[in-house]
Amino acid sequence: MAQDGKGWSRAQMAERAARELQDGYYVNLGIGIPTLVANYVPQGMTVTLQSENGMLGIGPFPYDDEVDADLINAGKQTISELPQSAYFDSAQSFAMIRGGHIDLTVLGAMEVSERGDIANWMIPGKMIKGMGGAMDLVAGVRKIIVVMEHCSRNGDSKFVPECSLPLTGKNVVDMIVTDLAVFQRPETGKPFRLIELAPGITCDEVKSRTTASFEMLDPA
Amino acid sequence: MVNKIYDSASEALHDLLEDGLLIAAGGFGLCGLPERLIDAVRDSGVKDLTFASNNAGVDNEGIGKLLRTHQVRKMIASYVGENKEFERQYLAGELEVEFCPQGTLAERMRAGGAGIPAFYTRTGVGTLVAEGKETGTFDGQDYILERGIFADLSLVKAWKADETGNLVFRKTARNFNVPAATCGKICVAEVEEIVPVGSLDPDHIHLPGVYVQRLIVGVPYDKKIEFRTVRERELA
Repeated sequence: MAQDGKGWSRAQMAERAARELQDGYYVNLGIGIPTLVANYVPQGMTVTLQSENGMLGIGPFPYDDEVDADLINAGKQTISELPQSAYFDSAQSFAMIRGGHIDLTVLGAMEVSERGDIANWMIPGKMIKGMGGAMDLVAGVRKIIVVMEHCSRNGDSKFVPECSLPLTGKNVVDMIVTDLAVFQRPETGKPFRLIELAPGITCDEVKSRTTASFEMLDPA
Repeated sequence: MVNKIYDSASEALHDLLEDGLLIAAGGFGLCGLPERLIDAVRDSGVKDLTFASNNAGVDNEGIGKLLRTHQVRKMIASYVGENKEFERQYLAGELEVEFCPQGTLAERMRAGGAGIPAFYTRTGVGTLVAEGKETGTFDGQDYILERGIFADLSLVKAWKADETGNLVFRKTARNFNVPAATCGKICVAEVEEIVPVGSLDPDHIHLPGVYVQRLIVGVPYDKKIEFRTVRERELA
């Protein structure tokens, strides 16, 4: 969160991303802040969570006496099933991801470029863990939301003119939720527009902490 | 009826293992791992193996055991975190790694099993994964050409089998076991229970026995959990 209680906390960023959910959506949530989005599904709305290791309908963490080693999410955490859950193999799981059957994914990122490129899998020179399912998700899911801190620990903008890190996907991001603001673009190829500011944050402040170019908020 | 049932993992693998094989293995993290078969590969001492597997295990589990004994020359995997020995060998140049997006890896196995040598996908377009690969444009969209995996041997873990090799999996332990089973010239499955023919509902078979040549019962299993996450029971 930004200093002086300004801006959004991690939970509030997740809550803001959850406002993009719609009734009936099938959704894949990445590890970290994106996982918190599940806590903010609006009342009365049915959203089905997909886990790319082969499950639709992820339930909450199990009670201690219900833990089952055969039932985990893509982060390898133990989970539970719901009455409507379905299991399938990895090829089927990624067929639904790559075939455009998943409505929305929320992912973390190290960098997003003003042209919608995303980098979140590799830092050259450091140990490389692999991309897992991230490249498939950004290539196949209908709407891609990135939730990330606006700046890195040393204060550098993570919303940049051009990614410096190896890409996960090119021209794929639809919306960016940071601790300072929300950016959206109506379609790939169009510029991002600042559409919302976190509490206590001004347009000028966002501009001064962002190296990417973007269109400004419509005057209210 | 041809007998597919063997007494042990080492017996099931005894005439199948040699140096330099390409082996497709099921499992996601430590879930649904063919652990008895991996142990038998380790004990056989074969080396220069290439493994197509989503993960490389953790330090002392799964394929991690074969890294420790330097039996693996190359990994084709999507995610290899949580494994110190892997990291050491990779950074020292002792181990070759081909990073493959998870969906592409599953589809490469599925394709190999279905006799499809290559397929186009959007996954990885414009990234390092696309380097050196043929590309194609269809309806204005760019794609890269990925190769099917045709493995020498498949090693998988299922929940139940009948005596003909029809397999049933349990919950998220199915994962890569299905595509991995189909893409090998020969598939050995380890299961928790072998039931008589007729005990499984034909409508509920996850993998038909045509893909499975050899079976072993691997019990007892001490299934490992990487991250045990629980919630508190609300008081009534």
